[in-house]
Amino acid sequence: MALHESSYEPKSGFSKWMDERLPIGRLMHTQFIDFPTPRNLNYLWTFGGILTFFLMAQIVTGVVLAMHYQPSAADAFDSIEAIRRDVNYGWLMRNLHAVGASMFFLAAYIHIFRGLYYGSYKAPREVLWIIGVLIFVVMMATAFMGYSLPWGQMSFWAVTVITNLFSSLDSIVNGLGTTIVQWLWGGYSVSGATLNRFYSLHYLLPFVIAGLVGLHLWALHLVGQNSPTGLDVKTKSDAVPMHPYATSKDAVGMFAFLILFAWFTFFLPDYLGHADNYVPANPLVTPPHIVPEWYFLPYYAILRAIPSKLFGVIAMFSSIGILLFVPWLDRSRVRSAKYRPIYKWFFWLFAFTCVALGFLGSKPPEGAYVLWARVFTAYYFAHFLIVMPLLGWLETPRKLPGSITEAVLGRDEAGRAPAAATKV
Amino acid sequence: MAIDAEEPARRDFLILAANAFVAVGGAVTLWPFIDQMNPDAGTQALSSIEVDIAPIKVGQAITVLWRGKPVFIRHRTPEEIEEAKAVDVTKLRDEYARNEALPSSDLATDLNRTKAGHENWIIMVGICTHLGCIPKGQSLGDKKGDYDGWFCPCHGSHYDTAGRIRKGPAPRNLEVPVYEFISDTKVKIG
Repeated sequence: MALHESSYEPKSGFSKWMDERLPIGRLMHTQFIDFPTPRNLNYLWTFGGILTFFLMAQIVTGVVLAMHYQPSAADAFDSIEAIRRDVNYGWLMRNLHAVGASMFFLAAYIHIFRGLYYGSYKAPREVLWIIGVLIFVVMMATAFMGYSLPWGQMSFWAVTVITNLFSSLDSIVNGLGTTIVQWLWGGYSVSGATLNRFYSLHYLLPFVIAGLVGLHLWALHLVGQNSPTGLDVKTKSDAVPMHPYATSKDAVGMFAFLILFAWFTFFLPDYLGHADNYVPANPLVTPPHIVPEWYFLPYYAILRAIPSKLFGVIAMFSSIGILLFVPWLDRSRVRSAKYRPIYKWFFWLFAFTCVALGFLGSKPPEGAYVLWARVFTAYYFAHFLIVMPLLGWLETPRKLPGSITEAVLGRDEAGRAPAAATKV
Repeated sequence: MAIDAEEPARRDFLILAANAFVAVGGAVTLWPFIDQMNPDAGTQALSSIEVDIAPIKVGQAITVLWRGKPVFIRHRTPEEIEEAKAVDVTKLRDEYARNEALPSSDLATDLNRTKAGHENWIIMVGICTHLGCIPKGQSLGDKKGDYDGWFCPCHGSHYDTAGRIRKGPAPRNLEVPVYEFISDTKVKIG
């Protein structure tokens, strides 16, 4: 950013030599030490760092697990048990990885809702937001394939149900869905061939995510971070250097989150999973109640809320795809919900809707559960398609502060903005 | 200033031809990487099995594995056959037989879902046409749904005694595979 000159000065002979050949030290210093960070960021802004940590942690524990895991239908289940019982610290690696997946999603959801609340998707951050949605989609694919690997009953039937979503295409072009599903399976049913390819892709996709995270950061650092006021950094006094200010705040948020992570890992490692997944996969018996992991429950509720198979599948995929259009669906000029008195309430209604859909996704699809799932599914889409565009016209936003500095320090008695803010 | 006529030059042709070759070459190279995921020769070869149905008493059912899929074989009671025959085919959600051995336009009458002379047997792939769960109804104590056939516990689809979808989210009748009676007590599936 033009606001800010890098203070990087290579000191040692080696770093001077390197700076003229591959200025990676300069890049890191400019982007992660000197980088101007809005001075008013709250703890919700620590989740980007937390997510980066979880991506790395999942890769590290995953690489370790891959050293002991057997990706075959005959051995997969037993090898996971062996990892938990026999491999040195295998119990720790497996628990960190399985609980890590849940924590990764929890952090991602907080990150996404923070973006929705503070309007972080609005110009000029549309591409940043879209890359974020793509990361989320790849994350879901990775988690889904990872969940298949223990080859328990839930693994097997989750793969069966989710891959069968594509068979709904049979009602558009006869045979198309079946062809795609058999291609995904590598057989006429979910089998060892399916497990092997999912294992291969489960190892690949995290690196795709890492690449997308690079683009996400690039797009972020080009335009700078949004802030709780929704205002951009305009003057030097609006910002502080990333290190040590933002980094130390990130560390506090991260350690708080890691306490939760450790608590689940050490005391409740199976709490977020399903007992049925400790029964080896059996293609002849469907468990009485199939439910996905908690982080997929809202989408599952949407799928089941629609009585038609094809439209259920379309609604489920649209519920994620619609996020791509949020930058253009929201017509308000004001970013932060802090200054949007009406949108704020709809935001919380939307958050409640997602939690309610999650609850309904965990219940059997009958009676009142179906009715409520339909009501909340309707609001889920109405929020994006009706509320967001309309509020841009109907709502009168509160008065925005003149700058980030003014929002933090206020005006003096005479009503003047703080001195620093007036200077450029 | 004179404008050069936009006649296609040799260079334009070369660029077009080169791009076309790259596109075709790319597609040809990509195909093996896509096709390798399709069911392999070993999987395709496991095409048929023979099942001894002598031990299955009236009212009982067994499930066998064929091509990795469960196949339901139920020895229907006279009441169940009666019930299946009494249905008005045109009122069904899916009015087609879904029988591999018959043309796809044949209607889902009980006769088209079974074999003539063997109407007491119903043989179908036991996979719910919604999202692939295995419906309940094979064991005596199972919930058989509102139509006395099969009930899928995953998302609540009800099938009748001829395996036709009657209620719930599934779009189609249970699929009838190709099979033949080698003798009165032996069936070849596939």
